[in-house]
Amino acid sequence: MSAAELVGMSGSMPESVGSSDGAADDLILVQDFSFYYGAFRALENLNLTVRDREVTALIGPSGCGKSTFLRAINRMNDTIRGVRYEGDIRVAGQSIYQADTDVADLRQRVGMVFQRPNPFPQSIFDNVAYGPRVLGLAGDKADVSERTRLALSQVGLWEELGDRLDRPALALSPGQQQRLCIARTLATEPRIILMDEPCSALDPVATLAIEGLMRRLAERYCIVVVTHNMQQAARVSDRTGFFWLGRLVEFGPTNDIFTLPQEKLTEDYITGRRG
Amino acid sequence: MRRQQRQRLAFLLVSGVAWAVTIPIMLVIGLIATRGLEGMSWAFLTEMPREGMVEGGILPALVGTVWLTIGTAIVAMPLAIGAAVYLAEYARPGPLTSAIRLAIVNLAGIPSIVYGLFGLGLFVLYLQLGTSIVAGALTLGLMTLPVVISTAEEAIRAVPQEFRLTSLSLGASRWQTIRHQVLPHALPGILTGVILGLSRAAGETAPILFTAAAYYLPSLPSSPADPTMALPYHLYVIATQVPNMPLAPQFATALTLMLIVLSLTVAASVVRSSYRRRREW
Repeated sequence: MSAAELVGMSGSMPESVGSSDGAADDLILVQDFSFYYGAFRALENLNLTVRDREVTALIGPSGCGKSTFLRAINRMNDTIRGVRYEGDIRVAGQSIYQADTDVADLRQRVGMVFQRPNPFPQSIFDNVAYGPRVLGLAGDKADVSERTRLALSQVGLWEELGDRLDRPALALSPGQQQRLCIARTLATEPRIILMDEPCSALDPVATLAIEGLMRRLAERYCIVVVTHNMQQAARVSDRTGFFWLGRLVEFGPTNDIFTLPQEKLTEDYITGRRG
Repeated sequence: MRRQQRQRLAFLLVSGVAWAVTIPIMLVIGLIATRGLEGMSWAFLTEMPREGMVEGGILPALVGTVWLTIGTAIVAMPLAIGAAVYLAEYARPGPLTSAIRLAIVNLAGIPSIVYGLFGLGLFVLYLQLGTSIVAGALTLGLMTLPVVISTAEEAIRAVPQEFRLTSLSLGASRWQTIRHQVLPHALPGILTGVILGLSRAAGETAPILFTAAAYYLPSLPSSPADPTMALPYHLYVIATQVPNMPLAPQFATALTLMLIVLSLTVAASVVRSSYRRRREW
């Protein structure tokens, strides 16, 4: 996908790569968003903007709502019964909570990587080819192969496994499985990739590989990553949001959050006095 | 000490009951196998019956049973898989779902002769299919629906929810998810149910009595619209309706039928166990 195509998808606003104030890079717009599981309010009145071609990290203690927020962006929360929301989320200028929103189309544009690597119990090739085949993105067999090769190259698996694509995906190491899952998402041509604690099941070496991958992917995609690991957020992200009890306490450039937090709560959490 | 004696008594009782069930079955199988082998030969399986069925073989009945079984699979599989997908993936608890489940349970409890008469009324007479393989396959298909639906639904529910969520998160629709993730993973379980249903259909007499079966035909059926001979009905005929029928071909016919049903059952458990071994989740 070329940069021109990416801009085309975001609307007619002019491109302004690298500028710090350009609204053109605002890809996800969250407005007064609240979310409920039955009577329990999991998210309270969120307002934030997530930029394209950046890594945005969401940190906070367990149960603070950061994963719920992540799943609100691709509407995976819809699969749970008894949920309710207020407010709005816009992706590339379009509200995603309209009655006529094509949820499948939204999820194709907003890919997701889960906490536990979850390849299908099929071959490496079939996993990555799932999107092109099932969603009908690919024209013919050669096209499916080409898209699969491209996606695997992007995560560095083509070099490692290019000659063994017919092997079962579940025979790979957990780190490779997670990169395979990222490739599977890339093959659906998303604009945004949501990652829900993508390294928490991985060893330190595999974790570093995924973090490096996130940085590279941020050159072309918008990455939102939920993490428990504060060093990871500091290493990998451009912006960080701190969640506490369903509220977004603080959100800003990662450097500022970790060096000059504006809120006492943020400082206490980051320095380990609370959490 | 008394406790141990009671334990021994209980063990004796339950194992006695288990043997009481097993021994008659083994005796029946043993009797049919030994007496059946006397009349069994390649010619017996591949020749037409002669001299008022006293001489010759059982080829038309064997072929008829194979056709009826294939026809039953063609009728039952799409209907049962469709119903199972609906029940497992789409149906919400409510009066409609309860009604469907009640209907399936009741279908399973209907005596097979009632299916036969229903098939006569609907397929043979009203839809004017006549006494034919088609009418028989439709009747047998209906009869096997409950067991196939139940096993297929179970197999579909056994596919981990995680696969569905992952597929949905990639932008697949619910139907694409069912078609490309759920059904392929449920297929071996569904096939097990289908084969078990067929093994019951292959041995049934009553449902085909008025819908498909012929007492005697001089030639093999040439199309699905033809009536056919079938093993279970043929066995009934030669055992009770043919005067001076020697015993050997009767036992050999029974053995043939039993082997067909048995091999279907074995096939079902082979599919199931190879699937369990291969399964990675």
